Amino acid sequence: MRLQNKLGRGIYLVLLIVLFAVLALSIRYGAVGLSIDEIYSSLHKLLSGTAERTLNERIFITIRLPRALMCVLVGGGLAVGGTLMQALFRNPIVEPGLIGTSSGAAFGSALYFVLGASFGFNAGQWTLPLAAGAGAIVATTLVFTLSRSRGSGRSSVVALLLTGLAVNALLMSGVGFLSYIARDPQARSITFWGLGNLSGANWSSVQIVGAVSILGTIAASHYAKQLNALMLGEDEAIFLGVRIGRLKLMVLLINVAIIATATAFVGIISFIGLIAPHLMRIVGGSDNRRLIPTSALMGAILLTLADVVARMAVRPAELPIGIVTSVIGVPVFLFLLRSKNYFF
Amino acid sequence: MLSVSNLSYAVGAKQLLRDVSVTFAPGRLNLIIGPNGAGKSTLVKAVTGQIKPQSGTIQYAGVDINAISILQAARMRAVLSQNIELSFPLTVAEVVMMGRYPHFAGAPAAKDYEACNAAMSFFDVHDMAARDYVTLSGGEKQRVHFARVVAQVWFPVHQGCRYLILDEPLTFLDVRYQFDFLRKITELLRSPNLVVVGVVHDLNLAAKFADNITLINEGRILASGTRTQVLTPANISIAYQLMPVIHTSGDNMYLFFD
Repeated sequence: MRLQNKLGRGIYLVLLIVLFAVLALSIRYGAVGLSIDEIYSSLHKLLSGTAERTLNERIFITIRLPRALMCVLVGGGLAVGGTLMQALFRNPIVEPGLIGTSSGAAFGSALYFVLGASFGFNAGQWTLPLAAGAGAIVATTLVFTLSRSRGSGRSSVVALLLTGLAVNALLMSGVGFLSYIARDPQARSITFWGLGNLSGANWSSVQIVGAVSILGTIAASHYAKQLNALMLGEDEAIFLGVRIGRLKLMVLLINVAIIATATAFVGIISFIGLIAPHLMRIVGGSDNRRLIPTSALMGAILLTLADVVARMAVRPAELPIGIVTSVIGVPVFLFLLRSKNYFF
Repeated sequence: MLSVSNLSYAVGAKQLLRDVSVTFAPGRLNLIIGPNGAGKSTLVKAVTGQIKPQSGTIQYAGVDINAISILQAARMRAVLSQNIELSFPLTVAEVVMMGRYPHFAGAPAAKDYEACNAAMSFFDVHDMAARDYVTLSGGEKQRVHFARVVAQVWFPVHQGCRYLILDEPLTFLDVRYQFDFLRKITELLRSPNLVVVGVVHDLNLAAKFADNITLINEGRILASGTRTQVLTPANISIAYQLMPVIHTSGDNMYLFFD
């Protein structure tokens, strides 16, 4: 008997409470500790529109709060993307970036770091997200186009998976080559971007990532039942009334929108998209109608928590978030895998 | 009524179905038999729309298969495939509920739970409703899928028939559950307008339970009709290259091979 069956809908309440708890940790602690009073007065001033703010209040409003919200939105988005890809590929070891999205973004950003100055294209703070987002979309389109069979014009899931692996390898060697020809600071930028970076979060980026993540999650929930049917196999899904070609296309589009947007702003954050859906599968099974919203909450919790650790561990500097997600995530994941009756 | 007329299907130079015509009536157990590679599964795949035959027509209650949408088909027809692989943790109740997916949008209605509960009780898997599907034995999994496909066509439709198509449903079952399953299908056939078509290998099970047997050999229908019309020594020796000894005792008919 699963924990889920005992908790029922209480699982949402538990996850929401934990999310608010880690969110509170996240806005309270950092290079500068903020008191509860300061947080309260900042929130009060933010909501009432008072312009007069102390230094700490300004830190809270312009840095701490958008960053915490970005963690929630990106963590949730990565988890939803992972859930979608695992359901689509009928394979529990799939990450959301599998179909070229993350490596395309990495290549786009590496191009910007190394050759950006010589292109003359400059959109200020948006240049890097645009380069990464464009890389993600071009790479994913490439994978999708190459994997279409010449006969039927449809992409088989296996062809998508293999094409994704091949294109990922090509793009990562492209990133490697750009690092090789880069000057040292550029090469460091490439490395850091590949480990994720939430320090650039501001209100504009939060709004963009928020809109895409939230709309994407709502759209994904709409396809939950059809994705469940797909777990039995493609033919069985058709027998259960699913228009399979349309389902694949929509799910891929939703995933690419969420992952490309998140990655464009914060770089590559590995493991959340894999681990969050798995934790929720262990707790509550694989019914996507539950799994999509609970994974979103779990992803938000994990990334927010990892970000707190990243900021606190080597204060006042900070660790790259990708290192934290892996170092904490992997042992927890392995422990859960071994301690539960978890079959594939 | 499910009718197949003049169906032919080839892959490359290999002719898998040759001018197949057959009708499956409601209220009767229609079983398809034939040696390996005879075209049984190909016929089932054509009937379910998984392959598009080069010529011939398939009609569900007089409506051409190409005029029926995927969702319309799913509301009146359930198909049990061979080798279903489900590698994610789901409870038995969740798997059975999938059979009701074509009938509801959003959350399941009372009617959907009613069909699932009835189908789970019918196939003795109600006690396992909360168990993880992946922990079940092969035979138990098969019974869960029986409950799923039967739940899908549990309630009679307003007009026309319901269809239950079973591709080698007995594969993972021991002899007790093979008998049990065919008895239950016979029982289901008492409800109105249900067309059941199944592929089986065991000739004795076909002889015991089928109302109508279709024997396929080399892509052609060799014989179709009652067991005494189809299961003749001549037909069996052509199809299986084995001469049977047929023993009849009262209403029963037994086939032995030496």
